[in-house]
Amino acid sequence: MNMQTTPRLTAAETALVEAFGAQIGELPGNGAVIGTRDRLLDDLKKAGLPTRRIESWHYTDLKTLLRAIPDAVPSAVIDPLSPIVEGSAVLSVLDGIADIKATADGIELSLFKEKLADGSALAGLTALDKDDAIGRINGSFVRDGFALVVPAGAEIAEPVELQALHGAGQIHTRFPASFGARSKATIIERHRAVMEGAAFVSSISDIALEDGAEITWIILQQQGAADTHLGQIRAKLGTNAKLRLFVVNAGGKLVRQELRIDVQGEGAELTLRGVNLLGGDTHTDVTLVLGHNVPHTNSTEIIRNVVFDKANGVFQGMIRVAPDAQKTDAKMACNTLLLSDDGGFSVKPELEIFADDVICGHGATVSDIDRNHLFYLMARGVPENKARAMLVNAFVAEIVEELEDEKLVEALEGVISAWLEKHA
Amino acid sequence: MLEIKNLHARIAEDGTEIIRGLNLTVKPGEITAIMGPNGSGKSTLSYILSGREDYEVTEGDILYNGESILELDPAERASKGIFLAFQYPVEIPGVATMQFLKVAMNEQRKARGEAELTTPDFIRRVKEAAEKLKIDQAMLRRPLNVGFSGGEKKRAEILQMALLEPNLCILDETDSGLDIDALKIVADGVNALKSPDRATIVITHYQRLLDYIVPDTVHVLYKGQIIRSGDKSLALQLEENGYADIIGEAA
Repeated sequence: MNMQTTPRLTAAETALVEAFGAQIGELPGNGAVIGTRDRLLDDLKKAGLPTRRIESWHYTDLKTLLRAIPDAVPSAVIDPLSPIVEGSAVLSVLDGIADIKATADGIELSLFKEKLADGSALAGLTALDKDDAIGRINGSFVRDGFALVVPAGAEIAEPVELQALHGAGQIHTRFPASFGARSKATIIERHRAVMEGAAFVSSISDIALEDGAEITWIILQQQGAADTHLGQIRAKLGTNAKLRLFVVNAGGKLVRQELRIDVQGEGAELTLRGVNLLGGDTHTDVTLVLGHNVPHTNSTEIIRNVVFDKANGVFQGMIRVAPDAQKTDAKMACNTLLLSDDGGFSVKPELEIFADDVICGHGATVSDIDRNHLFYLMARGVPENKARAMLVNAFVAEIVEELEDEKLVEALEGVISAWLEKHA
Repeated sequence: MLEIKNLHARIAEDGTEIIRGLNLTVKPGEITAIMGPNGSGKSTLSYILSGREDYEVTEGDILYNGESILELDPAERASKGIFLAFQYPVEIPGVATMQFLKVAMNEQRKARGEAELTTPDFIRRVKEAAEKLKIDQAMLRRPLNVGFSGGEKKRAEILQMALLEPNLCILDETDSGLDIDALKIVADGVNALKSPDRATIVITHYQRLLDYIVPDTVHVLYKGQIIRSGDKSLALQLEENGYADIIGEAA
């Protein structure tokens, strides 16, 4: 006999479905957008949240880990913070709602909710594949954000900070950004909880670099101790474009940062650097899916993880080299400083190489603090706890310093040392 | 200043005994040379004095200014004025040299209950000391010892020693890997620190360094014991005849 049962929805899945129902008529969008939202939610309901049986979610069983969704509470009064780099243009999104008065020199800015209302946001609302839970959740619920257009040839001197601050509740934002040919800019995407109480956050940044654009994009995730953060970067690199993507995870209870990057112009270069500061009873996942789709492109990826307490981390690095993407040069490294017996870090490099003339390498290390280094510092009078903190800092500072921009390096090092002081 | 009494010590991990009943007294103002063939325990002695936990003292004691230091960790010993110039200074990427110097100086001051240095005062001290040792500013901007040549690393060690103003300096094979010019600079740096209340232990394999840093006493270490002590003429005698004679006599 064949037993067929409809899979029961988990508490979190039910809460998502109910939240969607409660917001019917409230979420911005024209008819086509609303139709897409309905479809995405329906797909989410049918597939459920991904489990470990889905390969790309194997180390982050969202169905089990996401126990509940906090209620959608009304927006609290939140004031913008000063930017982490002095002089930056601040584009604030407070409790998921973009500041209508925001401006940034040299950038054409629009509100994402208007792009939803007039339907121009429609094309970006799709899920990337059948396992794209973040695309489905964000596409269903996204309310606002900023769309940035940097004109060809523009050089934006000061950084632009996308400042997404929130209290408790459900926050879904989006940041499409297109960078014209040969343009230069530094964008800091900062997510931060500024109040107590659990939040469920999803955020997608759609980044398009046209030919010769040189962009530094920093994600600084400082969510609260009870927050879920589901982030996704969708980036496309044109001919000779250079994207430097720097991800800092320094918060959150359950975090997944997906980086879906297509290098599709010859001579293009991706530099990915990641710093994961993990403590407490948290789970943090950085998943890269990188396509080298044309010949003569380069990428380097370095992920540095520091694990305290019972924290659990994941890095999945998938590099796909298309059949005609000859002369691809890709190097990936994932180094973990494991400072607790109860913590863990899982690393899964995946190289799918269909071209025959490429250089692709990957390596992973897991270590404790180097005893020779510790002895050296202590022999100079630095007490053990301080010496340890210096060495942990050094482990991640090494890649932060690559950013070269002194103010930016200083700002990120400030975030890192503040985190370490609190957790180490 | 330093009194080592019947010291026995072994490698913590495998129990190999390295120091086997060593006795040594070092007086303030003195330069003490410890010489010996490879494997005699010279470097181990320097590590034990500075508190490296890879070694276990099984018997005897080390008295520094009359107090046992066996229970002190390396940082506590350092702030009491014990300084080891490493044979192989480690490279630490990500730790800026200046930041390291400032933390080390201020942590020692804090441990002694002294006020921390102001930034201008700190910078002035480093600049002055660096000039004397012909260390250029570019080197100080690099991460600690990273990319330094062998000679630069040794000069950086002496720079730290000059800035930290220790009472007991232990130089572990500071001459190894140095050409004659670098050796002179390093020796001048060490001699400049000579004072009536500071003692220096020079650990070396060769007599060469002792032409520039002239010892008051010379001790020969062999199989973890001092087998012969004398004045600087002992070093010259060793240079001429090697260790074989003395080892033969002791055996």
